[in-house]
Amino acid sequence: MSLFMIFLLLIGLGGIGWISARIRASAFAAPVAGTVGGRAHSRPAQHAWYVALWTAGPALAMLALWSCVQPTLVNADAIASLPAIERPASDVERQSLLAEVHALASGSIHAAFDPRADEALTGWRQAQTRWSLIALGVALAAAIAGGAWGFSRVRPDFRARNAVERVVMFALIGASLIAIITTFGIVASLLFESLRFFKTVSPLDFLFGLNWSPQTALRADQAGSSGAFGAVPLFWGTIFIGAIIAMVVAIPLGLMSAVYLTQYARPRTRRLLKPMLEILAGVPTVVYGYFAALTVAPAIRSFAVMVGIPGASSESALAAGAVMGVMIIPFVSSMADDSINAVPRAMRDGSLAMGATTSETIRHVLVPAALPGIVGGVLLAVSRAIGETMIVVMAAGLAAKLTANPFASVTTVTTQIVQILTGDQEFDSAKTLSAFALGLVLFAVTLVLNIVALRVVKKYREAYE
Amino acid sequence: MMAQANVTTIARAPTDWSSPAMQGRIRRRYRSERLFKAAGLGAIGISMLFLALLLANMLLNGASGFRQTEVLVPITLDPGVLMLDRARITGPEAEQALAASNLDGMTAEAADAAFGKGGARLVSDGAWLRVRERLLADPAMLGRTASFWLPAATALDQAAKGKAGSHADPDVQAAYDRLKAAGKVRTSVNLGFLTGADSTDPVLVGIWGAFKGSLITMLVTLIISFPIGVLSALYLEEYAPRNRWTDLIEVSINNLAAVPSIIFGLLGLAVFLNFMNMPRSAPLVGGLTLALMTLPVIVIAGRNAIKAVPPSVRDAALGIGASPVQVVFHHVLPLALPGILTGTIVGMARALGETAPLLMIGMRAFIAAAPEGVSSPATVLPVQIFLWSDEVSRGFVEKTSAAIIVLLVFLLGMNGLAIYLRNRFERRW
Repeated sequence: MSLFMIFLLLIGLGGIGWISARIRASAFAAPVAGTVGGRAHSRPAQHAWYVALWTAGPALAMLALWSCVQPTLVNADAIASLPAIERPASDVERQSLLAEVHALASGSIHAAFDPRADEALTGWRQAQTRWSLIALGVALAAAIAGGAWGFSRVRPDFRARNAVERVVMFALIGASLIAIITTFGIVASLLFESLRFFKTVSPLDFLFGLNWSPQTALRADQAGSSGAFGAVPLFWGTIFIGAIIAMVVAIPLGLMSAVYLTQYARPRTRRLLKPMLEILAGVPTVVYGYFAALTVAPAIRSFAVMVGIPGASSESALAAGAVMGVMIIPFVSSMADDSINAVPRAMRDGSLAMGATTSETIRHVLVPAALPGIVGGVLLAVSRAIGETMIVVMAAGLAAKLTANPFASVTTVTTQIVQILTGDQEFDSAKTLSAFALGLVLFAVTLVLNIVALRVVKKYREAYE
Repeated sequence: MMAQANVTTIARAPTDWSSPAMQGRIRRRYRSERLFKAAGLGAIGISMLFLALLLANMLLNGASGFRQTEVLVPITLDPGVLMLDRARITGPEAEQALAASNLDGMTAEAADAAFGKGGARLVSDGAWLRVRERLLADPAMLGRTASFWLPAATALDQAAKGKAGSHADPDVQAAYDRLKAAGKVRTSVNLGFLTGADSTDPVLVGIWGAFKGSLITMLVTLIISFPIGVLSALYLEEYAPRNRWTDLIEVSINNLAAVPSIIFGLLGLAVFLNFMNMPRSAPLVGGLTLALMTLPVIVIAGRNAIKAVPPSVRDAALGIGASPVQVVFHHVLPLALPGILTGTIVGMARALGETAPLLMIGMRAFIAAAPEGVSSPATVLPVQIFLWSDEVSRGFVEKTSAAIIVLLVFLLGMNGLAIYLRNRFERRW
């Protein structure tokens, strides 16, 4: 019997506990003549939940613990089932034998290389059955004991509601803590791996070095075998694509779209156009990447060749940046939309009453007044653009160069992370670990951008409220 | 008196609005007004044009991916050559017996015989699989000669669809014209694309494997992120005391919502794979990673929906004796649920289109079968698109675009559902 079956069984037992407690509580919950609302403190359903929690809760907790321990116990027994002479001597040998046993057991291979695997498999199966039975016994005992204890307390004067609500509150607090745990997990895992990286490569070389070639050497005497981890070309590529080219596309188009939608469009047109603009934000980035690589990049390249620009590459910064800019338009537009709408109406009306045209009002009153909000929105857009991955992976190329030629191929932080981590990896090489250092830089920069942007937007909102 | 005098002294002649200078100025202002308005409309127009271009490009490239070219090949299923007999292909060992027989060689020879030398190159390398299926379904065919519609090889397929372009091989084109004249080639709906999984041959690939992987991954994501997100939103909006811990939770959630998705992939790689030793490429790990990414979206949407429930509802419930937990779970939550669901669907749609974090946790392996469960190796739709886009064979261009069409249709459906839910159930107080 697998642990999953035991899990289902415990849920079923909890259900039985729920029903029986409800029946018992309903018996005394009926209104008694001469009193208000009967004798019981809690509703039958609350008693029922109390018993169900006591039946399934402790047993499930034990099962969860057990599921962490059981594989170790089963593996130890499987090895112990072999005759002493055949037992694997080294740790590596032990692991490869166990891996084969597991593969045999799950049916993913039909025959093992190691002749001992078949024998160990029998031992493994027996141990699996034995320990599962023990788990079943322990879980059942816990469920019955818990259920009996809970059931014995189902009495009219028992405050089941308070007990159940305390559990609910703990569940709520626990769920809220997941966000903190995730943030902590991100920071901890990035920091931990980055520190391992910085043991081999100095942080100064990483942050200010101009040469990026993380290839690991095949031979010790190979040229460039040390691998160079100067990340400045990647930072430049990221800024060039995400903060310069994409923003040159997204800011004017996004801002003008927002201006048109808020100031000129009739409500019907606005209701139609705004969702259509937002479709742009809903298209998956891999689709943009494919479009950029297959259609936009070749077109840009043939244009560059036609005009005679040197260094035109089939993977260009311009293709990736322009497509990314289009993706960001709805984002900039909706942030600008919010900021323009937040400008007090009196300012707009005052300007119009003085005889300014709508466009003069927008340029001289609304946009300057909304500027902090718009700047905040642009900062958020930049943070999103530099963290964007698929478009640059598919369209920007891999050449780590310091160039300001938009028709040349540049590479970005996210491209390199994907490139480094999707091959075969050994987890102690500087190359693999450098991806985490890049991730740490990316995380820190986007975090600072977001905090600054949110603060700017908040301050600006307060100014008009 | 003095002020009065001053006013009269600085008074000047009223502006003559009909003078040519003033008229010209007004014209210029109106012209710049019109230009500005046109620029606004133009900005939206450019965005819409880009969207239209993108969709049209995918449709034009991808429509042919749902069709396939087949050629008619007569094959004599000689039991002697195949070393098979009736009993073996009806028994329980039929699959193994057929796998061991020389069906692929026989199919290639039959193609050579039918189309002349080099005929085997016109038929897909995996065409014999279809012969095997037919034979399994109808063992009586053994020993007889039957005509099979077999999938054409990529070059012939592209020629038939008129997509070979400048790379066209004149021999293949000639062969196609000959077959066409003989009526031995046809184009039919490619059911294999909707039911199959990945393959190395573009004419045999299918989307179902990746689609099922996406479904399982999304299910894991939903099961984890929805309850946690809703409970978290309820706590923050209804019970949380204003203190440093609550501020910390709020700051974490707002920042997580803006963290680049690839960072979640790094988290999944470091924690789920390297620390907890979970299986690589598994929908379980992908779902967990995407759940962490979707969680802040659900919490933020949930809080907005809960905030929109008027306080009078809570006061009324408290007034008739409900406990704080009853108020929330019996009254506030049901009223806020449509809004929460809308936010959840939007978050799930975002997770469905996400590629980068899944690449980090190894969901980019070549997997030729649909996944069985949460821990078997799988890939998902966007990653499949990414993998196909990397292939050099021309046949993959239309398949990639066709996969994109499937993904976009699915996303459109999800967003449509979200809009429907919002319009149908959302209440305004």
